[in-house]
Amino acid sequence: MKKVFSKPESLQDKNNSYCPGCGHGIIHRIIAEVIDELGVREKTIGIAPVGCAVFAYYYWNFDVTEAAHGRPPAVATGIKRCLPDRVVFTYQGDGDLAAIGTAEIIHAANRGENITTIFVNNANYGMTGGQMAPTTILGQKTTTTPNGRDAKRDGYPLKVCELLSSLDGVCYIERVSVSTPKNVLKAKRAIKKAFENQLNNRGFSLVEVLSQCPTDWQMTPVESVKWVDEVLAKTFPLGVYKECMKK
Amino acid sequence: MKGNIAVCEGAIDAGCDAYFGYPITPQNEIPAYMSRRMVELGRVFIQAESELAAINMVFGAAVCGKRAMTSSSSPGISLKQEGISYLAGAELPCVIVNVQRGGPGLGNISGSQADYFQATKGGGHGDYRLIVLAPYSVKEMYDLTFLAFDLADKYRIPVMILTDGIVGQMMEPITINSELRINNSELKKDWKLDGCKGRGPRLMRSLIMEEGGLEKHNWHLKEKYDEIKKNEIRYETDFTDDAEIAVAAFGIAARICKSAVKKLRQEGFKVGLIRPITLWPFPEKVISDVAAKSKKILVAEMNMGQMVEDVKLAVNGKCPVEFLGAPGGAVFSEDEIIAKIKKL
Repeated sequence: MKKVFSKPESLQDKNNSYCPGCGHGIIHRIIAEVIDELGVREKTIGIAPVGCAVFAYYYWNFDVTEAAHGRPPAVATGIKRCLPDRVVFTYQGDGDLAAIGTAEIIHAANRGENITTIFVNNANYGMTGGQMAPTTILGQKTTTTPNGRDAKRDGYPLKVCELLSSLDGVCYIERVSVSTPKNVLKAKRAIKKAFENQLNNRGFSLVEVLSQCPTDWQMTPVESVKWVDEVLAKTFPLGVYKECMKK
Repeated sequence: MKGNIAVCEGAIDAGCDAYFGYPITPQNEIPAYMSRRMVELGRVFIQAESELAAINMVFGAAVCGKRAMTSSSSPGISLKQEGISYLAGAELPCVIVNVQRGGPGLGNISGSQADYFQATKGGGHGDYRLIVLAPYSVKEMYDLTFLAFDLADKYRIPVMILTDGIVGQMMEPITINSELRINNSELKKDWKLDGCKGRGPRLMRSLIMEEGGLEKHNWHLKEKYDEIKKNEIRYETDFTDDAEIAVAAFGIAARICKSAVKKLRQEGFKVGLIRPITLWPFPEKVISDVAAKSKKILVAEMNMGQMVEDVKLAVNGKCPVEFLGAPGGAVFSEDEIIAKIKKL
């Protein structure tokens, strides 16, 4: 019998600890499938973030290190410069990448580090219970914006793709979502490209993934994917922000 | 050779694969020199965007089993503490050089010894130790940096070179010790992450959430620290056999005290010197032994009194302990030491 579907080798055979409807599981799987398809599992080193996805290393079936909150791009730089023929990627949330680690991501991108960053934007701090993130949209209620994010008090949502695409060291920036099967397939194409760029020594690639967090958004999984499409993607439009195929 | 350059040469000869730094006075010669030498040697050099980035790049290099170093000066070392705690938790070997300057705050750029507490008592959050080496000459800047890489690999621990702006800027001729050999760089490092070819995937972490897991890990660290205490205490003594007054000092302060003690000996005073070379592990036993046969111990430090607390613990009441301090980037002269000892 022909096998048409199976678990990627880059995923371990384990139940994950994510909430029902969470986007992390989908994104983990996409990364695992891409690494399998590119045949680089045995030379991949991932960097897990602080936050819900810290346990990513229990789910992926390749070498993974932790990094301090916000520091994955610096750790990835250290690894990639020492082992340039390995595939190095960071997996970071919005608090990690766009708040406490803003300096690290901007400078790694601007140096043109030949690494891949998967930036998971779910518009709040998930692990710590749903506080305002740099990417929380105006009016969005969180545990630290109980009446909704107010631009006067809390500032504006930070648009990472728009910001980083102005940097000369950056090769490829795209924003995707995992809200529908169609969007999942698009996300996979983008993530694959981001890894291929690294294999072709093209410099820094980042894919921002709008991801649903039903628990902290206090929505059902179905409501949360709808909210990604109808609300979140208005502030963070999907699409390619930069693509330069320089060698 | 300048002290700061001797650090670089010691690191290069010890096989340092990667250096990550950030500008701050008085350690600027180190990143400047490394930017040329490391690149010439085909090794990794990066001027990081921040001290935090630099120490986390060290983390990355150490994770893949490479010999890595960073350097800074006091305010910069404060910024690195987060990373140092993670390195200690994940048991990653590396070398961190602190060319101390006056503090607190931005302080000044004069040499100082005010970071003794920070270096020896933890510095970052959590229960951990660093091996702390205190060179007092340009030659020791070379030798101890070389040694630091071996100790780091042997025990999987961050090692700090705690020096200061004076030793860093000082110029002296040095002879490279041809007997120094790299010992532990070929250790198997069967924990390093370099891709899981031919083996199962590996994980490097300092987050240990399993029931009782962190307690067990910390007891394991304690065992390692006890082993280091047993094997790695280093110190130097001058004239302590018959000393009535013993001076305890480290780094540049010991250099000044050493010539004061020599002069006093020539005048017939029974004075000796204990110079801890490892500030952690601290040479408690020799201090306790000297205290048992001395009338007084004088601790001289370029701070408001930090190592004196460890000396008092070691002396444990066996004799009185006096203190001479010079905080805020001040230096005491040989004559001041001599006058102080004569008064005791």
